[in-house]
Amino acid sequence: MQADTTRPAAAPLLRANRASRWALAFQAVQKSKHYYVLMGPFMVIFFLFTVIPVVFSLFLSFTYFNMLEFPRFVGWQNYTRLFLNDDVFMIALKNTFLFAVITGPISYFACFLFAWIINELPPKVRAFMTLVFYAPSISGNVYFIWLIIFSGDRYGYLNGFLIQFGFLLEPVQWLTNEKYILTIVIIVQLWLSLGTSFLAFIAGLQTIDRSLVEAGAVDGIKNRWQELWFITLPSMRPQLLFGAVMQITASFAVADVSIALAGFPSVNYAAHTIVTHLMDYGTIRFEMGYASSIATVLFLIMIGTNLLTQKLLRKVGE
Amino acid sequence: MRTIAVFRLSRKLNRSFATSLFLFVLLAVFGAFSALPLLYAVNNAFKPLDELFVFPPRFFVNNPTWDNFYDLVSLMGNSWVPLSRYIANTLLITIVGTAGHILLASAAAYPLAKYRFPGSRTLFSIVVLSLMFSGHVTAIPNYMVMSWLGWINTLTSIIVPSLAFPLGLFLMKQFMEQIPDALLEAAKIDGASEYRIYWTIVMPNVKPAWLTLMILQFPFLWGSDGGSFIYSENLKTLHYALGQITLGGIARAGVGAAVALILMVVPITLFIISQSSVIQTMATSGMKD
Repeated sequence: MQADTTRPAAAPLLRANRASRWALAFQAVQKSKHYYVLMGPFMVIFFLFTVIPVVFSLFLSFTYFNMLEFPRFVGWQNYTRLFLNDDVFMIALKNTFLFAVITGPISYFACFLFAWIINELPPKVRAFMTLVFYAPSISGNVYFIWLIIFSGDRYGYLNGFLIQFGFLLEPVQWLTNEKYILTIVIIVQLWLSLGTSFLAFIAGLQTIDRSLVEAGAVDGIKNRWQELWFITLPSMRPQLLFGAVMQITASFAVADVSIALAGFPSVNYAAHTIVTHLMDYGTIRFEMGYASSIATVLFLIMIGTNLLTQKLLRKVGE
Repeated sequence: MRTIAVFRLSRKLNRSFATSLFLFVLLAVFGAFSALPLLYAVNNAFKPLDELFVFPPRFFVNNPTWDNFYDLVSLMGNSWVPLSRYIANTLLITIVGTAGHILLASAAAYPLAKYRFPGSRTLFSIVVLSLMFSGHVTAIPNYMVMSWLGWINTLTSIIVPSLAFPLGLFLMKQFMEQIPDALLEAAKIDGASEYRIYWTIVMPNVKPAWLTLMILQFPFLWGSDGGSFIYSENLKTLHYALGQITLGGIARAGVGAAVALILMVVPITLFIISQSSVIQTMATSGMKD
């Protein structure tokens, strides 16, 4: 009895509640319309060329698509072919992980180490050394300088040098010998890798509160290594997280350097990576569905490694 | 005076001389590794022909000359597309792309940095997530979007996607969070619209961040070779021309070095000019918990 009398009264109240919640949300959107207008141009382009393509690529990876006919759904076929039937992809996968495992951590560590040493220098020298380390990453992709250095004839700088001092009797074909290509691409990749994260670290080190360092000294920090571990690193956690994202993404995307130095495709696929494999199928063979499955694998590897690293780095100094 | 004295003292806190020496030697060695290839490129551009092919190869130029640059101009003057065309294309892409990026990214960063509204958190999370993969992932759909828009073989196809480079939005947003709310409130009480606040208060306050976005975007566009979107010769860029010249092999070594010098000098000069502003912006670049 009691319930019967309350129900009719409660229902409109609930409905009114829900309606007003929608009205509130609508009001909030209405109130912030200027913000949407300001964000509009950027977000339209960002969604059109970054967000939607990721989703679209995922969809295409389950189809056969050659740009001429309408995409045909093929289920997991592209992925089974990729992992079970494509020996070259296995080489690419191996090389990509090799590049990433070596250049990722080394470049990240180098960015921090050099930023940390540079931070101890007087301002003028600091500015100069920052330029020295940062310049390669912005010098207009001129890594072809390395082509001259590693050139296969006597006029190549490295060959000339080694022959002159008697280490070699005849020039070595650095860039077409499978034994050397990977190492050379890694060296050049490392040379280019002190970029945005390096600057972020330099900046982060300069903003560390000096009073923290002094307090630490009073509390018994004995040397610079203890200071680094207990004060510097924890104070820089936000920059460290940002730098990790930059370095990881770059280390999985090795392709331009490999193509410029080792050619495309490289001798016996010695410097083949996931990205060059993707280019092969996307821009030469026009197997867009298959290429999309390569892109999706690359996407998952990059995002997965980044999220995992973020989780680990948040523990620094805790 | 006293602060300076304290500062000096604190610099020496917990520093052993031996470790310092070791670290500075390390810095010098790797600094040389970083700088020598670039110095080598500079020297090569000024080497006369006989010095380029001397054995054993020499690092420094003995008789510097401008020959390579004259050769470059005359070589490209005789080609079907003059060098000035490549330079003009590169300049157009770089200037429009960089200026447009700074404008769009800061307009989008202002609301995200300063207000909470429906969707703001989600949008920013998507931007952060997009820093975690490279543009290669979206290459294939991008080509299809381009052809659907009819932008294949136009400079638009290079410029427009670069306007929404997510790293720029991220850095700009982090930097804008420092602007005191009181400043914006005061303007609002005076009756300024959001657009007016963005343009007359926020923008002048984030000049260091403009330069940072410039230094990140400029080399990327300046070094663009047109990718897979451009195939007409008269729309190609300087970096592409460099590739063609170096394909000429040994005979074009001098000219190639000259173009390389042009390509690297511009972004490096820009960085020298803007360095302190860039460092100031990067201090806020961190990802918060």
